[in-house]
Amino acid sequence: MIVRVMGEGQFRLGDDAVGRLNELDERAQEALDRDDEGELDRYLDEMAALVRRDGERLAGDDLSPSDAIVPPSDMTLAETKTFFSEQGLIPDVSP
Amino acid sequence: MGLMSRTSAVVRAWYSKLLDRAEDPAVTLDYSYERQLELLQNVKKGIADVVTAKKRLELQTKKLETELPKLDEQARQALAANREDLARAALERKAFAQQQLQSLDQQIDDLAAQQEKLTDSEKRLSAKVEAFRTQKETIKAQYSAAEAQVKIGEAATGIGEEMADTGLAIQRAQDKTEQMQARAAAVDELVDSGTLEDYTSSGTQLDRELAQVSAQSQVDADLERLKGELAGGEQKELEKETK
Repeated sequence: MIVRVMGEGQFRLGDDAVGRLNELDERAQEALDRDDEGELDRYLDEMAALVRRDGERLAGDDLSPSDAIVPPSDMTLAETKTFFSEQGLIPDVSP
Repeated sequence: MGLMSRTSAVVRAWYSKLLDRAEDPAVTLDYSYERQLELLQNVKKGIADVVTAKKRLELQTKKLETELPKLDEQARQALAANREDLARAALERKAFAQQQLQSLDQQIDDLAAQQEKLTDSEKRLSAKVEAFRTQKETIKAQYSAAEAQVKIGEAATGIGEEMADTGLAIQRAQDKTEQMQARAAAVDELVDSGTLEDYTSSGTQLDRELAQVSAQSQVDADLERLKGELAGGEQKELEKETK
C-alpha cells in the first residue's frame, strides 16, 4: 500500500512492513491518549524510519492518493491535539 | 482508529473543504490548479523568509563574536587597574555573549533544516502540479462531466494530500521563523544598548567605569611615554653640550 510520511513524501510499502507499521501506530495512539509526548514522538519517528527504510519512494509526479498518512513528529502535544481537532493545524489556502 | 487513519481523515477533510467551493468538475480542476500554483508561490516565499531569518542570525553571530575579544580586553584593563569587580563584570558579559552564541548556532541549524524541508516540499509539489496540469487537460478533453467526476477523484485526492502537507510545512516554518526573529530582535537590542548582561541598569554604570579604567590606563601610558621622551630629550641636550 501507499504510505505518506508528512513532510517527506510517499512510499510503497509491502504487507509485512504495513503490519509492523500498524502495531507502532496503535502504540502511538496510546501514547497520545496518555499525553506522553516523548513516547508519541518516539513511535512517530520509528514509523517514519520504518517507511523510509522498507518502503520504495514514489516518483515525484505520481498522483496516487495514500492509503495511510504518518503525522509529523515535530509537533508539541498541544499542537498534535489541535492538528486532530475540528480547528485543525493545516492553514486554509483558499482565497 | 489509529493516528494514521485520523491523519488521513484530517487531510481529506481539509482538501474537501477547499474544493467544496466549486461544484462543476471542470471548474473544480481549474480551481484546484489555481490553489496549487498559489501554494507553490507561498512555499517559495516561505523559503525566502527562512533564508532571510537565517542570514540575520548569522549576522548577529558575527557581531557577538567581535564582542568577545573586546570584553576580554576590558577585563584585562580592569585587572591591570586592580578593579577585579569590573573585570568580573566584563567576563560575566562575555559568558552571556557566549551563551547567546551557542543558542544562535542551534537556531541557525534549525532554520537550515526548515529550509531544506521546504525546498524538498517545493520540489515534490512542483512535480505533482505539473502532472496534475497534464491530467486535468486530458480529463477535460476526453470525458463527459459524469465520468470526469470519477477520474478527478483520484488525481485530486493525490495532489490534495501534497497540498495539505506543503501547507502545514509552510506554517511550521513560518512559526519557527517568527519565534527566532523575535528572539533575534531581543538580542539585537541587548547588543545595541550595550547591556549584554541581565542586570540592565548596572550595564551603563559598568560601561562608564570600564571606560574610566581604560582612560586611566591610557593616561598612565601617555604619562610614561612623555616622561620617557622628556628624559630622552634631556639626555640628547646633555650629549650636545658635551660635544
